[in-house]
Amino acid sequence: MRRGIFACLVGIVPFLAAGAIFAQDAPRLRGPEPFTKETPAPPMQRQVTNDVRVRRNYPDQPPVIPHSIEGYAVDLNANKCMSCHARKFTQESQAPMISITHYQDRVGNTLGGLAPRRYVCVACHVPQTDAKPLVENIFTDMDALAEPERQPQRGRH
Amino acid sequence: MAAGIARAWGWFRGNSLIRTALKPPVYLSLAFLTLGGFVAGVAFWGAFNTALEATNTEQFCVSCHEMEANVFEELKGTIHFTNRSGVRATCPDCHVPHNWTDKIARKMQASKEVWGHIFGSIDTREKFLSMRKHLAEREWERMKANDSLECRNCHSSESMDLTKQNPRAASAHERFLFTSEKTCIDCHKGIAHRLPNMSGVPGWQ
Repeated sequence: MRRGIFACLVGIVPFLAAGAIFAQDAPRLRGPEPFTKETPAPPMQRQVTNDVRVRRNYPDQPPVIPHSIEGYAVDLNANKCMSCHARKFTQESQAPMISITHYQDRVGNTLGGLAPRRYVCVACHVPQTDAKPLVENIFTDMDALAEPERQPQRGRH
Repeated sequence: MAAGIARAWGWFRGNSLIRTALKPPVYLSLAFLTLGGFVAGVAFWGAFNTALEATNTEQFCVSCHEMEANVFEELKGTIHFTNRSGVRATCPDCHVPHNWTDKIARKMQASKEVWGHIFGSIDTREKFLSMRKHLAEREWERMKANDSLECRNCHSSESMDLTKQNPRAASAHERFLFTSEKTCIDCHKGIAHRLPNMSGVPGWQ
């Protein structure tokens, strides 16, 4: 009986140790301080606003926004994004037109204007910051898997 | 016609108040009247200007709850309220022209706003929201008519360095602002307050 208890205790040691080791490796989104201690919020990250279109990681990825959208209204009254990206304003603005999928309802019928389900642009399209990722990104481009020898090195992830 | 004018002139000359006003003074010296008049004029002008400037401050504007609870609250989140360099545009910087004649004209129009305050035309949030499009359109029209003068009091196109702007902004300013095809307010609507329903407004959909 005693030996059984001892064996159990010895048996769980590796699990406890593994738990401790993995806990240290786990990314701590809130920093090294324990949760009982209140730490000041990290500064806001600077947005990338260089107007350079960013390559998509896969063909149907919603393209990211390479400009500032601070103060842009997207609400019941107004949609500032559409002042440049709507079909009728793209000549003036030289901005890319919203995808034709945005002029279709969910069964594929073409609509006269922006589909209501596509109205809130920032649900899918977001600006980027130059923040250092908390966790390493191991995403691999499909092309890199298919033809690794023909892929140039990527600049920014 | 001629008889009418003659009768009016007769009444004018016969009026006792006017007769007194046109007579030379009996007791007061010429020096008192000229110098005293000058001093009184200075005092009056000083008081008038002080009162005018007192009504031209953020503090005065937000002393009405219509302004404080609606438009001022919305201004607080924008770059014209807090920013990296600490310059703040207050209400009159955008809504009252700096030039004296235009300022007085705007102040006279503002008497309508006093009327609106007294009779509570926008004294609830609901009333304000239902009036918002009308109010915004008046302001857009005013700024379009004076070529966005209040914007340009700070943001002049002569001192705008396009190389410091991002390419998108630079090309837009080059194509539309510098050619005078558009004025500031044509594109920069809703930068300090939230927008009304923009359906039907040019450039929006």
